[in-house]
Amino acid sequence: MRWKLAFLLTFLFPASDAFAQERPYFVTYSHEMEEPGNLEIEMYNAIGKPPGGNRFLGSTLEFEYGLKTWWTTEFYLDGQATVNDSTIFTGFRWENRFRPLLEEHWINPVIYAEFEDTSADKSLREVVGHDGVPDFADPNAIARQDHEREMELKLILGSNYRGFNISENFISEKNLANEPWEFGYAWAVSRPLKLAASAHRCEFCAERFQAGIEMYGGLGDRYSFGLNQTSHYIGPTMNWGATNGLTLSFSPQFGLNDYSIPRLYRFGVSYEIEDLFGHFHRGAQ
Amino acid sequence: MTRRTGFLCLSGLVAVCLSVYVGAAADGLWLTKVPPADHERKDPYFGQADAIAAGRNVFVEHCAHCHGENAEGTKKRPSLRTERVQRQATVGDLHWLLVNGYMKKGMPSWAKLPDPQIWQVVSYLKSLHQE
Repeated sequence: MRWKLAFLLTFLFPASDAFAQERPYFVTYSHEMEEPGNLEIEMYNAIGKPPGGNRFLGSTLEFEYGLKTWWTTEFYLDGQATVNDSTIFTGFRWENRFRPLLEEHWINPVIYAEFEDTSADKSLREVVGHDGVPDFADPNAIARQDHEREMELKLILGSNYRGFNISENFISEKNLANEPWEFGYAWAVSRPLKLAASAHRCEFCAERFQAGIEMYGGLGDRYSFGLNQTSHYIGPTMNWGATNGLTLSFSPQFGLNDYSIPRLYRFGVSYEIEDLFGHFHRGAQ
Repeated sequence: MTRRTGFLCLSGLVAVCLSVYVGAAADGLWLTKVPPADHERKDPYFGQADAIAAGRNVFVEHCAHCHGENAEGTKKRPSLRTERVQRQATVGDLHWLLVNGYMKKGMPSWAKLPDPQIWQVVSYLKSLHQE
């Protein structure tokens, strides 16, 4: 069975010898940047069912490119499908991450700036302000009339210690219409199942699996900062990185209060193309 | 000294300074940044054949597309079989470079790799001078 799976994955995703070593996080960003010239294509999904509402699948398709060792840019396309309702494109995001300190420290800051233009988004790529169950109650036809053009700033802090990665995000978001600043947080910890690499190449060695825990939620807004009427989620998370640059991730997550969706199932697929423009040059030769 | 001669002297001085700076950068300026404690660190996998083989695997997956399949270098990035890497730099220096990168020159930090894998890559790189 393992060999069949490996064969299928190798067929679907051609070998590139790129092992992405992605962290198994769905909301939290680590301080690790995309290597310059590499393009990572990612698809992240969240399945949930709000109390009294319909089950939904929120998806993002992401294109992450390393411009410099200290600068990564990423473009997202968002969509969602809701049972007994419709499947719609919900908008786009464009973000840039900058690493101001060019060496590794105990705590490594990264500045994140994003513009997003979305409506009826259910991808739950971040939770801020008073985001919660009521946001999922409206049918898509009504929800998509509420167009959100937002600027988002994050302070990402990351550390690597004895194989563990510890990442914390402080999120602030401003709707460009006249709405207050909203705040949120995310943190996560993960570790490969084995730290040293194996002497023989293998697809399912323990060092190719990472496991951890992730938690995130809203912190209200400028006028009502705090935990009142905010949603929070926590869950174990894991991923597997193949030798050909493919990474599969999965996380069941649990709402921590009545304002949260009780359960979310997240899964993701990503594939890294090394030296994107070098690929084109080599292809032309 | 005429104005023209002065200008030529100043231009020459600037050119010499620039070439010294660029030459120093290309000649391993990063080595001067390694703290003494890191410089002195010892490779826990020194001479272990399994670690060298594992380091070779990690190198192929992460480093080969810039530095070449056998660390011989590419058009864009330097060879790791040079005198500087094989003799001048200690294992501690190479470990420091992999953890911190040299981001100004396009070398990313590989701190996302667990420390044992970084040491395995160092073991592999240091084994190349025996080939």
